[in-house]
Amino acid sequence: MTIDWSWIGDHTDDLTSLTVSHLQAALTAVFFGVLISLPLAVIAHRVRPLRGFLLGFSNILFTIPSIAIFVLLLPISGLTRTTTVIGLTVYTLVVLLRNTVEGLDSVPAKTKEAAKAMGTRPLRTLLTVEFPLALPVIMAGVRIATVMSISLVSVATYIGDGGLGQLFTDGFQRNFPTPVIVGVVLTILLAVVADALLVALQYVLTPWRRRRA
Amino acid sequence: MFELFKNLGSWLTSGAQWTGPDGIAHRLAEHLQYSLLATLIAAAIGLPLGLLIGHTGKGAFVAINLASFGRALPTVGLVVLVFLAGGLSMLPVYVALVALAVPAIVTNTYAGMTAVDPDVKDAARGQGMRGHQVLLQVELPLALPLIMTGLRLALIQVVATATVAAYVSFGGLGRYVFDGLAQRDLVQVLGGAVLVAVVAVILDLGLSGLQRFLFRHRTA
Amino acid sequence: MIQFDAVHKRFPNGTTAVHDLSLEMPEGGVTVLVGSSGCGKTTTLRMVNRMIEPTSGTIRVGGKDVTRQDAAELRRSIGYVIQQSGLFPHRTVLDNIATVPLLLGHGRRRARARAAELLETVGLAADAGKRYPHQLSGGQQQRVGVARALAADPPVLLMDEPFGAVDPVVRTQLQDELLRLQQELNKTIVFVTHDVDEAVRLGDQIAIFRTGGHLVQCAPPAELLARPADDFVADFLGAERGLKLLSLKTLADVPQGPAPEGGAWTLVLDEARKPLHWAGKEAELPVRPLKDSDSLLSALNESVASPTGLIARVDADGVLTGVTSRDDIHEHAGQAHSEARVAA
Repeated sequence: MTIDWSWIGDHTDDLTSLTVSHLQAALTAVFFGVLISLPLAVIAHRVRPLRGFLLGFSNILFTIPSIAIFVLLLPISGLTRTTTVIGLTVYTLVVLLRNTVEGLDSVPAKTKEAAKAMGTRPLRTLLTVEFPLALPVIMAGVRIATVMSISLVSVATYIGDGGLGQLFTDGFQRNFPTPVIVGVVLTILLAVVADALLVALQYVLTPWRRRRA
Repeated sequence: MFELFKNLGSWLTSGAQWTGPDGIAHRLAEHLQYSLLATLIAAAIGLPLGLLIGHTGKGAFVAINLASFGRALPTVGLVVLVFLAGGLSMLPVYVALVALAVPAIVTNTYAGMTAVDPDVKDAARGQGMRGHQVLLQVELPLALPLIMTGLRLALIQVVATATVAAYVSFGGLGRYVFDGLAQRDLVQVLGGAVLVAVVAVILDLGLSGLQRFLFRHRTA
Repeated sequence: MIQFDAVHKRFPNGTTAVHDLSLEMPEGGVTVLVGSSGCGKTTTLRMVNRMIEPTSGTIRVGGKDVTRQDAAELRRSIGYVIQQSGLFPHRTVLDNIATVPLLLGHGRRRARARAAELLETVGLAADAGKRYPHQLSGGQQQRVGVARALAADPPVLLMDEPFGAVDPVVRTQLQDELLRLQQELNKTIVFVTHDVDEAVRLGDQIAIFRTGGHLVQCAPPAELLARPADDFVADFLGAERGLKLLSLKTLADVPQGPAPEGGAWTLVLDEARKPLHWAGKEAELPVRPLKDSDSLLSALNESVASPTGLIARVDADGVLTGVTSRDDIHEHAGQAHSEARVAA
């Protein structure tokens, strides 16, 4: 199996636009995932009875194969980018919900009590104490969700979207490995770079956890 | 929309749909067969690896990061790639199924092994157990809950990958999705999706329940 | 008997944990290793059963060099009890205790029967055997740990701060149990602790270590308390070293006289002639009668609190035998110290 390097040279424009489209879909899903999971996580963390339900239900969703989720959304939003993003968001949401709840759980009770004893109201405690301390675990979730999302975008090629995933179906139909290889490499590359950037972001956001110089 | 649901309902429940070589029963059996076999092979590779890294402590970097790496691999790309590389043959697709399942097993087995209380291991050695006895009589049983989680996650992963593998003419429930897409038969496509979703969820809930039952004596 | 001969332990990172240790631990006795953190006492203990290998020097158990034996087999002949008990959470209490007999190939039935015996020996109810470790309290888990160590009837028992993780009341009970067991079984016990009071209570001889693994003094408790080798030992034994020695002596030899009649306070007795309380002109004060087996320390304590400076002495049934004055107790306390200083 050999790579046709000239093919790559001829198609750099296509590759670029596919990569951008791919990234766009993945990041949009992560964005919405964070947006929705944050309030849900606070609810799951604070309201005991809802916690089991929310976490249990999201676990069930997570179990469903991605292609099934994309397909099941077709009657609702058709063969559009919306379907892709909704499908991806389901997964990012589950991962982010799980990790955010875990992160909030990990904040020591004594620290919250101290804040309360100093007269801090619950919302302020949440924003200035709980979330910052939960950040490492939440960021771990964001990393997982992002990498996963980037990988899953290509499954949406079956519903007409797919970003770099289109290279896979293209290569399959033409019995031509080069686009497939390129697609796999680019996807992995995107995931690795995104992950590294998020690690850097976490480092910036949590100065109290840095080792002494 | 309602029309669609009605048709879907009859598709899923019609007797004709369930029988025959293209029937649901057959595809379901195929899918489960491939999934179980691939998971077993992945376990045969991943378990010893995870146990070894966990017991000796060497290679921890691999065990911890394998899962992240596995997560970055695009399923469709991998399946298509091995299929093309194998000269349009089916066997390599198994390689993809196994490869995507191994990370979950290794990472969870390693996590299980490292979660074993070091005091318990110390006491075991102190009583006079040899290395392999500590591994088999103490570490393995105590790591078992997490190991089982790894196997369960691997199985679910394989069920999902096997669905995608139908794209390259692998059998199983994914066939309905891809045949349906090709034939523009939305009912068939949805039928396949629903079946695969239900199978995955039932397997997961069933194995979770089994886990809870098997380890009911351990601490809360 | 256990012998350490010029034993040295140096870890790969450069720290010397044990420095040129030569020590003999007599057979059938309890040798307590004490010192602050990082003094090498645990390292020393763990070298006996080769959980840690010595860098140089020889360690002999029962006359045989430990490094010449197969490590696993050596450990099956030595009991090992650690602070967190390290019980196997996935096995029942009974199966936990049966661990070493099973390793020795004794067969399940025989091993379990032996385990059941030991449950009783360490003071646990028979039905505890069916439970899992997490269902027991900390103190109970430690008893199981001791039972497990005794299962194969090893001549040597190693105990690494075994009672450190339980609360003081339970700790005292466990210490009592150990002393009682030792009366019956006469094992050679090496016991590590950082608690001086525990060491004084349990030890037939106490070995004090300084940071860096240096043995500073090894002597029976009375001698240690009366003649500490240097300031380090004296400091370690604490400011109440003088009083601690009195916990080792009993009232048995201290004379008693009849209870006083008249005077500001009288000792009130019940029909069985057991002391009830001190009665004064306008008040009553409680009395704590002491038996011959009680320590000089408790006698001193009681005499200081007593309104008359007298303590009530009773026999084994609690019946009054006489009283002893504060002065007599003081004199005997002083004698206890002179004796301990002279003893070689």
